[in-house]
Order: sequence, then C-alpha cells, then structure tokens
Amino acid sequence: MCKDCGCQDALKGKLAHHQHHQHHHDHSHGHDHAHIEADSKTLTIEQNVLQKNDDIAHHNWHWLDDHRVITLNMMSSPGAGKTALLEATLTRLKDRIKISILVGDQQTDHDAKRLQAKGVHVKQINTYSSCHLDAAMIQKELGGFVSGHEDLLIIENVGNLVCPAAFDLGEKQKIALLSVTEGEDKPAKYPVLFHDADVIVITKVDLVPHLDWDRQAAIKYIRQVNSKADVIELSAKTGAGMDSWCDYLLRMQTLTEKSAI
Amino acid sequence: MHEFSLAQSLVEQVTELVVREGATKVTRIEVSIGAMSGVMKDPFEFCFPEAARGTRMEGCILIVHEVPLTVTCLECGAETSSEIFDIRCGLCKCQNVKITGGKDFLLNSVEVD
Repeated sequence: MCKDCGCQDALKGKLAHHQHHQHHHDHSHGHDHAHIEADSKTLTIEQNVLQKNDDIAHHNWHWLDDHRVITLNMMSSPGAGKTALLEATLTRLKDRIKISILVGDQQTDHDAKRLQAKGVHVKQINTYSSCHLDAAMIQKELGGFVSGHEDLLIIENVGNLVCPAAFDLGEKQKIALLSVTEGEDKPAKYPVLFHDADVIVITKVDLVPHLDWDRQAAIKYIRQVNSKADVIELSAKTGAGMDSWCDYLLRMQTLTEKSAI
Repeated sequence: MHEFSLAQSLVEQVTELVVREGATKVTRIEVSIGAMSGVMKDPFEFCFPEAARGTRMEGCILIVHEVPLTVTCLECGAETSSEIFDIRCGLCKCQNVKITGGKDFLLNSVEVD
C-alpha cells in the first residue's frame, strides 16, 4: 500500500476495474529504521528485499503518470511473439497515437531494428548477463529516450517467464503472452508471471489447425492462476484478433486524457 | 536465474543497515520467501555466500523461512493455504479469493556483533 503519496487513490478513477499497480498493494513498504531488541543485537527489519527496485519503480510510475504516458510491461517466454505482435500493432496504430518502445534482450539489437523499420521511436536495452529488466534500467530512459510526449510506452521485457515477474518497472499494466505452440499449461507452470498479468494474450492462433491446442484447457490453466485478467486471442500474422488488442491499447491511451490537453 | 541479483540486493540492504547501526560484523540473517514471490530458496541459498564474500556478511548464518501462499475466500470467508499453480479456497474450492500472504520476499532480521 502506498502511504506516501496516495498514488493508489489517484489511480482508482482511471482504472477502476483493474487491481492495477500491484506493487503498491502487495508489498510492504519497509521501515527506514531498525528496531533493536534490548536483550540482543538482533535488528528486526521486516523490509522487502526488492525495496530499492520497488522504490525506483514507484518513482518511474509517478514520472510516467505525471506525463500521462501509459506504460505496459510485456513479458513472455522467448519466441512467444512479442516483437511480431508489436510490429503488427505499430502497423495499425502508429499514425493514430504516439508510441515509444523499449526492448530488452541480453544481446543484439535485432528486435529494435525490426521495430524501427516501422518508423517509430525504439531503443534496445541490452541486459548482458542479466535475465530481466529492472526499474533502474527504465529510470535511465525517463526524460531522455522517453520524452514524456508519448501516449503509450511499451516495454518488451527479456524473453523469460521467471525472472521478469519479480521486478516491477513502474508500468501501469503487465501483459503476459502465451503462444499456442508452448502448450496450454504454461500459466500453471509459471504462475507468478501469469498471476500478475492484467492482460494475457494468446498468440499465434493461426497455427491452431496444425496443433493439438486445447483452448478450454488453456483458459482453465489461466483462470487457475489469474481469475481476473482479460484474455485476448490473436494472430499477428493473419490479423485475427488484432482489433481486440488494438482496442485495448486505445482504451488505455484514452485514460491518459492527453488528447484533451 | 535472478537469485544472484537478489542476493546482491540483500547484501546492499544489510550493509546500509549495519553501517547506520555502527556494527562491523553480521552473524546471522533471517529472510522469508513467499511461495508467490518468484524467488526460489535453493538457488538463493546457493548464491548468497558468493554475494556476501568480502563483506560484513561473509560467513554469516542465513536462515530462510518459506511462506506458503495463503488466501481469504471472498465467498465463504475461510482463510486457507493454496497451491500457487491453482489459486483457490481450500474449503469451498472457489477462485474468488484474496491473497493474504506468500507474495513477499522479506528481510526479517539481522544479528550483529
């Protein structure tokens, strides 16, 4: 619970149907002092080990909120189709809203180049030995690459279903992708990431005729770990379901009220 | 594996604390890892001594408490534990629950010389 600034309350009106901005609800902001027990030298702390990351994420969240930049943290396993989805998204929306993209990968700028080809503002963040983006990596970009004039900032996290789940970046919403080639039970196998997602996107549905994909089982596994997330099924390749996805992004963008400023 | 980053975060956090408290040596650290925190006990225990090498925590005892996922049912009101891959009330089995514990990774206490 964010007690410092009431950011949670500020948000309620905008995102009433989502329990968004989870990090402000679910972790305890730590004390900044220790309690020393009189009869020993034991310091009782009860502080989140990721406090530093959460504090920076909190800062990022406010910076982005102040500038009315809706920010999404997109996560999935490697190869689930994050970049392909973004390419298809940019084709549809780049002339309607101002979008910037930060792309995390351990090495190479291949994804950034693919997205730059769409003519939008993209920056690659190489994490090298690290398996996830953290809040400090995003903070460095605020006021620089992220100018604050964007309607939408999409952060494509490092392809990994484990580590990115532990690190809030200051995003408004988390998006988890599940491709039909991965198997229906990925959400149950990697529950932390899918539990925290506000939206779960099932990708590559054009491949379903070639697979033994059991849609009902997939939905069941999703609901076992996340009973509230919106689920969108799409194919970036054929365009099926892309309207639902783009509608979601445009709905998010209208929350910024930037167009009214 | 992000547990090494987390071990480094813990070392930084405890270092700030003991410097502030004027202590020179840490003898014991207790942490609790929630089932839904995204942190694994074994890799964390494996990484911590390496992250602590050359610091005031080198050689200290690390105690890790594992905290199960607990939920409060919004239908029947029961407070039960739950599997993290199938989050539901342990009593009435419905999925309309609020998570009440097991999401955090906390530094509980530090014992210093």
